[in-house]
Amino acid sequence: MLEATGLRAAYGPVEVLHDVSLTARAGEITCLLGRNGAGKSSTLKAILGLLPPSRGTVTLDGAALHALPAHEIPKRGIGYVPQGRRLFRELTVAETIEVGLMTRGEGRETRDWVLDLFPRLRERLGQQAGTLSGGEQQMLATARALCLRPKVLLLDEPTEGLQPSMIDLIRDVTVRMRDEGYAILLVEQRMDAILDLADRAVFLETGRSVETVARADLTPQTLHRRLGV
Amino acid sequence: MSERLRTDALHLGVIALLVVLFLTLPTYYAGNLSRIMVLAIYAIGYNLLFGYTGLLSLGHAMFFAAGMYGYGLTAQLAGWPALPAFALGILAGAALGLVVGALALRTAGVAFMIVTLMFAQSAYLTILYFGTWTRGDEGFVVPGVARVVLGIDLSGETERFVAALILFSLVLLVSGRLVRSRLGRTLVAIRENEERTRMLGYDATRLKLIAITVSAALSGLAGAAYALLFGYVGASFAAVPYSIFPLLWVLLGGAGTTVGPLIGVFFMFYLIDTASGITLAYMLIAGLALVLLTLFAPQGIAGLVRRRVRWLP
Repeated sequence: MLEATGLRAAYGPVEVLHDVSLTARAGEITCLLGRNGAGKSSTLKAILGLLPPSRGTVTLDGAALHALPAHEIPKRGIGYVPQGRRLFRELTVAETIEVGLMTRGEGRETRDWVLDLFPRLRERLGQQAGTLSGGEQQMLATARALCLRPKVLLLDEPTEGLQPSMIDLIRDVTVRMRDEGYAILLVEQRMDAILDLADRAVFLETGRSVETVARADLTPQTLHRRLGV
Repeated sequence: MSERLRTDALHLGVIALLVVLFLTLPTYYAGNLSRIMVLAIYAIGYNLLFGYTGLLSLGHAMFFAAGMYGYGLTAQLAGWPALPAFALGILAGAALGLVVGALALRTAGVAFMIVTLMFAQSAYLTILYFGTWTRGDEGFVVPGVARVVLGIDLSGETERFVAALILFSLVLLVSGRLVRSRLGRTLVAIRENEERTRMLGYDATRLKLIAITVSAALSGLAGAAYALLFGYVGASFAAVPYSIFPLLWVLLGGAGTTVGPLIGVFFMFYLIDTASGITLAYMLIAGLALVLLTLFAPQGIAGLVRRRVRWLP
């Protein structure tokens, strides 16, 4: 279980997270919702150590992560798929997966597992990442994060700019990961893409977590009240 | 054929081509090959940092000079034989790379370029300041005894070519393996997206420090080889132009390709050589050619070839 408590963080002198608390449980999809600028991506970055929190704690199964350097956090079991994919454009699909596997010394079994999740990548192993379609790039970004065999997967707007068939595929994989017992922390702008997906939702407003609701309470009315949609 | 075999075959082909050129070209052009190969080692070292890791250094001349003076001074002042002095030259380059890298990597981007440039200027001025030993701008000639390796005098044209070819071949083959290795792929990942690489659990700073140290060691090797094979050590090799040259060679030849540095050095060497035979304003012609090449082939000559031959390492 990933738990963030009272997170505060700043870009230079400008504090963007004032008090964020959330929990992502194993076997659940927790959605982080909020208007533009509410601090969703910054919260993910604070959890990952890319935006070191000035106060608050982040723990994974009780072990503190917030004091670790950023490169140590993925090794403890946090996988991250950033907004816009951010692939290594000149590496091939096979090389990208290899780079993902090397950190924790994962081998053929993990490689086969991620390629079974995304069979289309298996057909593109020798292709440079930068030449893949948007959907394939998203698959590769997700596969790369899964190479670490994380306990928690952080997804930042995974359906952004994708065609409907690809969105369905990413949704299917996300659900499958949840069903396999992974904790998923999902940031998503498209309400239609997540409304029936989330087990729990945390609403952010101007850098503060203001409400956490369970699936049953995640109604259009709640979304309208919190997000105005 | 596997990628590794294709890469090795290409490199062996390049080495064979150099031998054929040496045997068939007129004496003047054949003699130039040794110098081109030594400078290509320098460019390969630079390419590892710039082309593969994405770090643009403007101070690599200090590493080249560290190798050159590391070898030259121990041979000249301490009377060391060639091989130990040569090894010390490489070590001097690597050690300086480690220290400068540890400090310069606290910065990034333009600041990194400026910091490396400043370190190189400090190294250049240090050489001038200690002119009593280094002979400053004037430099010094390496004693003949320090140019004899295993009983072979490397001042002869053929011996020099063979020695340069051995060193260049080793560096080309090893660097070819290095960039295809796990470390090499991780360095490319850092170049492409450092933050993402850290998010996969890599200590990017440590890996960049390794890249700088290896790059500096290769530059030091080139500097020591230059002094060993051509018998001269001088402060001009530590000056700004020798920090800019490897950048130009790599850009021309193709950054992030293993054969690009050799192509870049070859192209620029003969561009300047030919232009200087036409006019005293030869740098103007060379500059114009470079501008045209940069405009129409910004990825360099080997990069242009790679568009069609995608496996080109």
